[in-house]
Amino acid sequence: MQLSLEGISKKVGPQAWLYEMSLAPKPGAVTVLLGATQAGKTSLMRIMAGLDVPTQGRVRVDGVDVVGQPVRERNVAMVYQQFINYPSLKVRDNIASPLKLSGEKNIEQRVTELARKLHIEMFLDRYPAELSGGQQQRVALARALAKAAPLMLLDEPLVNLDYKLREELREELGALFAAGDSTVIYATTEPGEALLLGGYTAVLDAGELLQYGPTAEVFHRPQSLRVARAFSDPPMNLAAGRIVPGGVQLNAGPLLALALPASPLAQPEVTAGLRASALHLQANPGDVALDGQVELAEISGSDTFVHVATAIGEVVAQLTGVHYFELGTPLTLYLDPAQVYVFDAAGALLLAPQYRGLRSAGGLS
Amino acid sequence: MARITLDLAHAYRPNPQQDSDYALLPLKMEFADGGAYALLGPSGCGKTTMLNIMSGLLVPSTGTVLFDGRDVTRATPQERNIAQVFQFPVIYDTMTVAENLAFPLRNRKVPQAQIDKRVGEIAEMLEMSGQLNQRAANLAADAKQKISLGRGLVRPDVSAVLFDEPLTVIDPHLKWQLRRKLKQIHRELKLTLIYVTHDQVEALTFAEQVVVMTRGRAVQVGSADALFERPSHTFVGNFIGSPGMNFLQAKVSDGALLVADLRLPLLRALPDGELKLGVRPEYVRLAQPQDTGALPCLVTKLQDVGTHVMLTATVLGQAVKAKLATDAALPAIGDIAWLQVLGTHTCFYKNEEIVA
Repeated sequence: MQLSLEGISKKVGPQAWLYEMSLAPKPGAVTVLLGATQAGKTSLMRIMAGLDVPTQGRVRVDGVDVVGQPVRERNVAMVYQQFINYPSLKVRDNIASPLKLSGEKNIEQRVTELARKLHIEMFLDRYPAELSGGQQQRVALARALAKAAPLMLLDEPLVNLDYKLREELREELGALFAAGDSTVIYATTEPGEALLLGGYTAVLDAGELLQYGPTAEVFHRPQSLRVARAFSDPPMNLAAGRIVPGGVQLNAGPLLALALPASPLAQPEVTAGLRASALHLQANPGDVALDGQVELAEISGSDTFVHVATAIGEVVAQLTGVHYFELGTPLTLYLDPAQVYVFDAAGALLLAPQYRGLRSAGGLS
Repeated sequence: MARITLDLAHAYRPNPQQDSDYALLPLKMEFADGGAYALLGPSGCGKTTMLNIMSGLLVPSTGTVLFDGRDVTRATPQERNIAQVFQFPVIYDTMTVAENLAFPLRNRKVPQAQIDKRVGEIAEMLEMSGQLNQRAANLAADAKQKISLGRGLVRPDVSAVLFDEPLTVIDPHLKWQLRRKLKQIHRELKLTLIYVTHDQVEALTFAEQVVVMTRGRAVQVGSADALFERPSHTFVGNFIGSPGMNFLQAKVSDGALLVADLRLPLLRALPDGELKLGVRPEYVRLAQPQDTGALPCLVTKLQDVGTHVMLTATVLGQAVKAKLATDAALPAIGDIAWLQVLGTHTCFYKNEEIVA
């Protein structure tokens, strides 16, 4: 199923909720809508679902303009942040409801199959209120999957769950999406979730669609500073600098030896961006040192995020494992200039670290 | 400030018969004077029950709560001299920031000069000095919660300050600043702080000692480092870290370790019989075929998660995840990859408890 949004925009009163954008999500794949709250993810999804009409532009499904077609005439499944189920129906009947509507014959078998996939087969005869939040959301997901709609829209479906449950369900959902042939649109505020889901990502910010492409590619080659900001967690470290012969001179900081494109820029002022994971504690040959003072070490379990006050501003370094740092102690971080992103004065990408995709030892990727 | 000693159990229904009837299974625990503790676990694990028992909002069904050796089991929060900070701001909208911060002191008839000094200090720590004369009503949610934190911390003579998920309403990008404030404040004021959360980052960042709880049990009390490197229970191995620890069925017999039908050497003394081998994805490495301690695994998934590559594989139906460098030479999906699972970081579990 090919959904395509052509030059759509949404205004509510004088306020623009969505600026003009076009997007044709890859059929049969997952497209993540990534953006902070208020970025326009839900507005966009409502237009995709047919719950809202765009102020301008066309929405086509397999070439047919569907603007104005009511949502019940469209074959769309939706899952929301809140766990929405029929409270008076048992789990079994909740999952079966779309199957009954579509006149499916092997309802019993399909319900059991879906319940097994989502690990809720032991709850089929309970009511939603007798389940935990995570189990209730599994029921809602099973019902959406039962619909086997060609378009499935999920609006931050895991946000209200404990993080371990989120991790588990995200993995299962990824497998279910990959096995099915629905076009899936999945909204999230979390860059990490987009990367784990893979597929394609559309980055939204303040009502604008900034970039769309394969998820890893958008992450590794953000076309603008805004995309880099939106698609990094912890936020990409940014420092002001200017282009000088041989590289970028950071204001009040070191010179980064970089081979920048030859074309002369109108303005030499640039912003250098460095991911937290590109900062480390041991120097490699060619590394540049950044001296600073520890402001805080945040420990996630798998990683430690050290916030360090340096001459170029506050930076965050992501270190694998658990590391302890006393607040206020001096710390030197090292970075490889080849890992630096450079954005021009208007915020457009000038230079990105080399990205070749995953390297397979066998030559395949 | 006080040392808090718990020796108790709690059930919300009378005559508990089995483990699942207890909100808190029988436990003994001590919180040192001036320490920073977090109670961490999924919803329903008993962490809030434990907090409420310490604060005096709840009397345990059996056992005692001691503050510096004194039995306070039935004492009210006021009698225990406890300060509390809740999920949502609890402040007086009609008062100024300064009046809100001063309120707990004024209630206890602290001399005005002392109040002014202390309010000034707390406001400075929270970076609210410029807002002291503003009415609280007009402030943003995070500023209001900062006032709540300040009210909790303003009395220097409290036995302990208890926090119940205090950063829930705070915007993610402001959270780390408040975590930092709390750490600084703990270092400067040396108060006994006990912090309930389901967020591992918050717990591990804030606390010197984290109490990991599940189903009414405290399964490990330890530093962030200990929880990551030596989880004492499989629950902790899975709960801490993202993704959690890999677990593989193993068996020790005739002086060898059997994992996935392969005989591996015993690195350490292990008890005979069925075990679980636990190894974190961070410590699983790509190895050469037949390397000692490596298992032949079928690669099922490769994810470029930006800062590293997540490899998922299976060996005899058991999943293994490995976090690899983005520039590593990777096997392809469908390949057999040899994954090293034995090393100094590998842990072994019997009946879910660590044995080596």
